[in-house]
Amino acid sequence: MLDARRLRLDLALQLLQQAGALLPEAEPYSEAWLQGIMDALCDLSSKDALTGLVNRRSFEMALAREVDRVARSGEPALLLVLDIDHFKAVNDTYGHAAGDLVIQAVAGALNQVVRPMDTVARVGGEEFAIVLPKCAAGFGATVAERLRERVAELRIEIASGQTLAVTVSLGGAFAPQWVRSSSLLWMERADRQLYRAKAEGRNRACLENQVDSLVSAEEKGMLFAVTQQESE
Amino acid sequence: MSTTPDPAASSPASPLGAARPAPKTGSRAGARTLAVTSGKGGVGKTFVTANLAAALALRGQRVLVLDADLGLANLDVVLNLHPKLTLHDVFTEKATLDQAILPAPGGFSVLLAGSGMVEYSRLTPEVRDKLLHIVEMVRPRFDWILFDTGAGISDVVLFSISMAADVLVVATPEPTSLTDAYATIKVLATQQDRREVGLLVNQANRVGEGKLICGQLQQVLQRFVGARPGQSFKLELLGEVKSDQTVRQAVLKRQLVLEHYPGSDAAQAIKALANKLLG
Repeated sequence: MLDARRLRLDLALQLLQQAGALLPEAEPYSEAWLQGIMDALCDLSSKDALTGLVNRRSFEMALAREVDRVARSGEPALLLVLDIDHFKAVNDTYGHAAGDLVIQAVAGALNQVVRPMDTVARVGGEEFAIVLPKCAAGFGATVAERLRERVAELRIEIASGQTLAVTVSLGGAFAPQWVRSSSLLWMERADRQLYRAKAEGRNRACLENQVDSLVSAEEKGMLFAVTQQESE
Repeated sequence: MSTTPDPAASSPASPLGAARPAPKTGSRAGARTLAVTSGKGGVGKTFVTANLAAALALRGQRVLVLDADLGLANLDVVLNLHPKLTLHDVFTEKATLDQAILPAPGGFSVLLAGSGMVEYSRLTPEVRDKLLHIVEMVRPRFDWILFDTGAGISDVVLFSISMAADVLVVATPEPTSLTDAYATIKVLATQQDRREVGLLVNQANRVGEGKLICGQLQQVLQRFVGARPGQSFKLELLGEVKSDQTVRQAVLKRQLVLEHYPGSDAAQAIKALANKLLG
């Protein structure tokens, strides 16, 4: 049998305390307590320390899950990748502490715009990614634009009395309906659109043109003619 | 009654990839091949495949069901099997084909995808070659190979269908299922140049609904998919399984209706399907 007291947990506990995580209330070294510690560590390792957003590792899992779901259900899903424009200049001019404040403010703004079912992640220094399940093709551009606007409206206080405005560029791609693609491929397609947004002058959103569904409205109308007649 | 070949009694174990002459893949070279697909998931594709395999086995056929849903396989769930060795192990050469072909309840054999196949859910040339090789190896030893494909119309699904001579599309009367079945058939007609596809309507609400749906699909296909002059596209209704309590019971208990409810309407419908296929 496992004797939990013989495990070296000091570093784990220190990490959790430092992150301000709540330690489990169960009897120390009991099974429930250990499970609680592991859950807290999992939670910690799936989040970005600076913003509290989902981190890259965890986001890749979410993305892979979404690829599977879309392949199975055929529902549309949108992946957006975005990047703070000229972020290096912010760091160079105002310092890294200011840069961190900007990243935190942008993260907060992104989180406010999306639905609870969407996953917002910080995937790199000033790079973010959002996966939006069940996002119909017609809404993609609207969502991306709303995100862009919300960030542009921010006045980020980087020192008392000193505020900063930043913009973001966004790229987006829908998961190919019915095709069990890979999250890597999906990410690449969204990235390509982000490069396009940057090249076209930044502070804008570019979305990959959605391929029309395989089945046209006319075909659908004819398909359901019989079932509709029946239920009438 | 069981006609499942004993894996140990067949050809000597040879790891996949070992050089050996590929058998001819002409129609007389071995098993008849049938892909079971659906477009939409959750319409009973695996249920139909497993029970069809049992019905063919009842008719004295040696049947292998190949779990071609590499990403989200659930044949093992439907059959309540807990395989130790799977297609994954054959791919990675941890097991021979003979070790991974397992007897299933219902008197047929299965080659399960198993978990860990997610890495193969993209169709790379490697995956393609391995699957083709496996099919070539097993063809001489069976009368039928049924491919239980994944949901959707991914490249892996289309590829596994392309390995089969015949296709059975499973659809339910649900609009979403009909749309996806239609999309699948359309892709098969336009990309694989198929002129004939079989249809099974599952979860039919009443007798005759299958015929109605098949006619409707055929009409839309005729109009929008069309065929080159002198050729025609034929969607043949191969079966209709009515939605009933027995099926739900069997699925929940992870049993084959052919084995546990042989007298049920569903079992009769699947037997009729097997008879049609055997001609």
